[in-house]
Amino acid sequence: MSMITVENLKKVYRVHRKPQGLGASVKSLFHRKYKHVHAVDGISFDIAAGEMVGFLGPNGAGKTTTLKMLSGLIFPTEGTARVLDFIPWERKNAYRRQFALLMGQKNQLWWDLPAAESFRLHKEIYTIEDDTFDRVLGELTELLHVQDLLNQPVRELSLGERMKMELIAALLHSPRILFLDEPTIGLDVVAQSAIRRCLKEYNQQKQVTVLLTSHYMKDIEALCDRVMVINHGRLIHDGPLRDILHRFAQHKLVTLQFRDGCMPDQLGAFGEVVELNPPKVTLRMAREWVAKHTSTLLESYEIDDIIIEEPPIEDVIGKVFEDADALQASAPAEASHA
Amino acid sequence: MRKYFVVFRVALADRLVYRADFFIATFLRFIPIITTILLWRAIYDGSQKVELGNLMYEQMVAYYLFLMISRAFGSMPRLATDIATDIRDGNLRKYLLQPIDYLGYNVSLRVAHKLVYFVMAATPYALVFWLCRRYLPGWPTGSMLLLSVFSLGLSFLIGFMFNSLMGLLGFWFLEVGSFIHVVMVMQYFLSGHMFPLSLLPAGLQSVVTNLPFAYETYYPTLLLLQRLDTGAAMHVISMQMVWVVVLGSAARIAWLRGLKRYAAFGG
Repeated sequence: MSMITVENLKKVYRVHRKPQGLGASVKSLFHRKYKHVHAVDGISFDIAAGEMVGFLGPNGAGKTTTLKMLSGLIFPTEGTARVLDFIPWERKNAYRRQFALLMGQKNQLWWDLPAAESFRLHKEIYTIEDDTFDRVLGELTELLHVQDLLNQPVRELSLGERMKMELIAALLHSPRILFLDEPTIGLDVVAQSAIRRCLKEYNQQKQVTVLLTSHYMKDIEALCDRVMVINHGRLIHDGPLRDILHRFAQHKLVTLQFRDGCMPDQLGAFGEVVELNPPKVTLRMAREWVAKHTSTLLESYEIDDIIIEEPPIEDVIGKVFEDADALQASAPAEASHA
Repeated sequence: MRKYFVVFRVALADRLVYRADFFIATFLRFIPIITTILLWRAIYDGSQKVELGNLMYEQMVAYYLFLMISRAFGSMPRLATDIATDIRDGNLRKYLLQPIDYLGYNVSLRVAHKLVYFVMAATPYALVFWLCRRYLPGWPTGSMLLLSVFSLGLSFLIGFMFNSLMGLLGFWFLEVGSFIHVVMVMQYFLSGHMFPLSLLPAGLQSVVTNLPFAYETYYPTLLLLQRLDTGAAMHVISMQMVWVVVLGSAARIAWLRGLKRYAAFGG
């Protein structure tokens, strides 16, 4: 069953453009120049119930704008979206009771009060039954190990602890859909993995549908079977994470451990030398040549060990974005005009 | 309705966090009353008149004392700028995501603020009023007291609606801080906070006393001062109701239209 259906969704922002200088400032009081920014430029996708989908892209690619449209904060310029059979930007209460948007950079808990107070407020805002509330809160605090922190003012919590509380606040009303925007930003490794574990377990237990953005590839790798890559407002990939490698990575990394004193000088013919640590060397080898080259190497030299790896996914995706930017720069800039 | 009560309760707890700060602020607020008493003594002596703006010297001092009470109901410190900031900084998002009404939420918040204020300020107020007892009129009748309390409640609503309306301008203008500041200064003058509006020249007076600001502070103060008979009191209260409806509708419309704009341009 499809939970989220998005068709040709577009969002164009009109941004005021002011040249530098006092003269220009005065001029812009009377005549303003605007630039149209295509934040989201016609994306379509479909997310089924219980899916956990990663949303990847550089800053300004349109991830947050998409999440804002799906949670009804902003109207699209064009296109349609249906979430749980609601049109998000109609902002019906019935819809608002069934989803949550958690933004890693914004907080919604009362700063000076213990999180428990904010939770009680949520209970009333979302009209959660007493026993359901107690049960869900118990489960979540246990899952995140924060039972002892409930009655401590939020301002006295560490960033990681606060984020856990924010996550609890977002999950208290048992949303069927969860939008997460950078839920682990700024957290240390331990807190990151705690949040990740909680999300994973929660998703498995409750079959909640999750759309998640993150700059940490670890989040995506650990949680999402499916990844959508967005750049300049357009989807450039939608599928399993591993497929990104096959589609975009033209190379593999081959690490060779030569027997002492047997390392040849000329390895450039097999691939680009990435790391040289005699008797160990790492080569970047074109995908189609890996099989042939490695067998030649194994036949010709005394080799103790050989490791063939995919390049780190961060690098691959980073490369994809760079190439797209280069392409964009060489093409006439259609996206911006006065 | 119940959720707004819980907002109120949580806000209550929030306000109680900074108790010491609050006590000091309340006491300091009474210091100007000493200058006021001395200043008006000099003005009455200088003018050689018994009444100024229909008030005798004792009534004038009492006016400023009661003004503190009506201000306590009608003033909404930082409400307008808080709303404008919520809009500009995107905090509004939090309320749009939840099944709750932003203005209703703010009313609950303000009622809680006021209640905490009244409870904590009761002692300092009682003390000051006791010290100044020779300026005060006697106790009002039960029915007058009831009308006064009702009028103060409406004064709260007028203050709330007007300040919300100012804050909601944040939907259209990025920076409304200085505009709000100018309006607040005008309001200080037009609400009779600076001096009783009866001191104004007749022509100006007839305009100013019909503005919502007069109904927010000036008339409720006169009511407390027992300067209005029952008929006049009823008139004041009905006019207050009219302003609550007018300003309330304006705020609601501004909210709905602003939200459309917000959703179209930013978020």
